[in-house]
Amino acid sequence: MSLDAAMVRATAPAILPGSGGLRGALSDLFWRKPKVLLLLMLLPPVLWLGIVYIGSLFALLAQSFFSIDEFSGLINREFTLKTYGDLFQAANLDIILRTVTMAALVTLASAVIAFPIAYYAARYARGRWKALFYLGIMLPLWSSYLVKIYAWKLILAKEGILTWLLAKLHLLWVLDTWLSLPVVGGNSLSVSFTGTFIVFVYVWLPFMILPVQAALERVPGNLVEASSDLGASPGQTFRNVLFPLALPGIVAGSIFTFSLTLGDYIIPQIIGTSRLFIGQAVYSQQGTAGNIPLAAAFTVVPIVIMGFYLWGAKRMGAFDAL
Amino acid sequence: MTSAVSFQKASRHFGSVRAVDAVDLDIAPGEFFAMLGPSGSGKTTCLRLIAGFEQPTSGSISIFGERAEGVPPYRRNVNTVFQDYALFPHLNVLDNVAYGLMVKGIGKAERHKAAEEALSLVRLPGYGARRPGQLSGGQRQRVALARALVNQPKVLLLDEPLGALDLKLRENMQEELKSLQKALGITFVFVTHDQGEALSMADRVAVFNDGKIMQIGTPEDIYQRPKTRFVADFVGSSNVLPPDFVQRYSGQHRWGSLRPESIRVGRAASGEGVSARLVSTNYLGATTKLALDADGLRLHAIVPAGTALPAEGEAVVLTFNREHLHLMDEPA
Repeated sequence: MSLDAAMVRATAPAILPGSGGLRGALSDLFWRKPKVLLLLMLLPPVLWLGIVYIGSLFALLAQSFFSIDEFSGLINREFTLKTYGDLFQAANLDIILRTVTMAALVTLASAVIAFPIAYYAARYARGRWKALFYLGIMLPLWSSYLVKIYAWKLILAKEGILTWLLAKLHLLWVLDTWLSLPVVGGNSLSVSFTGTFIVFVYVWLPFMILPVQAALERVPGNLVEASSDLGASPGQTFRNVLFPLALPGIVAGSIFTFSLTLGDYIIPQIIGTSRLFIGQAVYSQQGTAGNIPLAAAFTVVPIVIMGFYLWGAKRMGAFDAL
Repeated sequence: MTSAVSFQKASRHFGSVRAVDAVDLDIAPGEFFAMLGPSGSGKTTCLRLIAGFEQPTSGSISIFGERAEGVPPYRRNVNTVFQDYALFPHLNVLDNVAYGLMVKGIGKAERHKAAEEALSLVRLPGYGARRPGQLSGGQRQRVALARALVNQPKVLLLDEPLGALDLKLRENMQEELKSLQKALGITFVFVTHDQGEALSMADRVAVFNDGKIMQIGTPEDIYQRPKTRFVADFVGSSNVLPPDFVQRYSGQHRWGSLRPESIRVGRAASGEGVSARLVSTNYLGATTKLALDADGLRLHAIVPAGTALPAEGEAVVLTFNREHLHLMDEPA
């Protein structure tokens, strides 16, 4: 037996012949020049990204430097900054300010709500509980966005379950007091900025929880123990160790919550007041008003804001974790 | 005198796993105390009980006479050097070392001065501005030590602190730790699975197995006079001899142990002794380790390098001084 094996070893060639044919030749070529394979693999997605994606973005940017003829409604394809002049009118600035404020508040609330959930999932949940966590976070993302929003409209409506529940708990006065406040209040939650805010936070929360959880998962457990060992109370450990190490995750999550809120036009249209957000302004300018240049200029606003936001996030090390 | 650390029937059970089981222990102030045992023997859990990361499921623990059950780690004047150092990656070396003082609310200038001094103590002066990631393993180990010592703990706990270092560095650090402990007079409790480390550094050693302490004593006690087969085998891999064998040489029917270096190996027919066969030889540099087969009993002998040796497979005769044969307490 072992003698046979030795015989086979003695007669076997040290270098095997090529498998022949086109496949064999290609395999050998790709092995010798791995860059050829890389080029072939990347060409289609790069073409897609370069032409369809970036190209349309530049077309949009170009549109914002055209203007509309106010009498004929036709687009004047000559370079002008007039549209940007229109953008900075008081009414439009109002829209921008409102949207940015909402995006900032939604981001802040998402971070505050997401942290304990992410902390639990990263530190304590194991096995089945971890699976349940992922399911709980992801499940809402798998169902239709519109269905979720209409469901919230029913929950927040005057006849809805929330009002009913608060009435049962004899807490209706809290809701009424809140709704009587200026700006955040209204006839019911479903037609107030508070309602818009609640639904935004609900819809974007998973995008905050997941990166924060990923960041916390990378914090070794013994750092928390070391902090405690060195005399830090749980609060001090949170401020000095956990929060700084989770910050890149929070910033990464905030990029999602902030930019998604900046661009959304469906939630404020279904739940909220009649006052516009940027997304709605774009929608109405390019649709009913037919003012493509102003719509394009509005679109540039979130791009510029996000540009600054990402620059700041990069300086805070948010991408080191990616 | 009150003990620095005292365990009274302290247990830590995780479900059905008895990580630490009814351990009694007294560590004297200023002592260099080693906890030695294989992995999973409960030595690290004991250390975590002192640090406060674990709470005993039964029994009591006191530190300098004060009861420690239910006291969180941050209220214990005890500091730990972690196995993988656990330095804060987002802080530079100086802020890492000053962390304990910072959370106590000591001003920046004062705590940075103390941290600089601690860094000089571990021979890393001027490294304060670096990040932990820029240091070598040995340097990180020193920073972790400085970070613990700067708080002037009553007890310093070291969890396999030299495990990740290479041999040369480990030997240097062993000497340094020992002289540091002498100079500072702080009680050191040192966890290791390396018996050489425990024997060379500690004033006293506790040998752990299966959540229990098998034996506590000076390194010499542990090495020369093991009480049980486990201790004899684990510390210095002594030859454990069965009662029948021991009876022939000592007259007593008890388990015995014989250090490998106590066995002399001679050629067959060179006189009386235990006849055996040489199975294999392992060259270890200063010494050579021989594996022997004495009528089915596997023995090891260590002889100085350069000794003329019979060939593998040859018959040999083993001799030893009767007083080197140690009889163990463990019943036959």
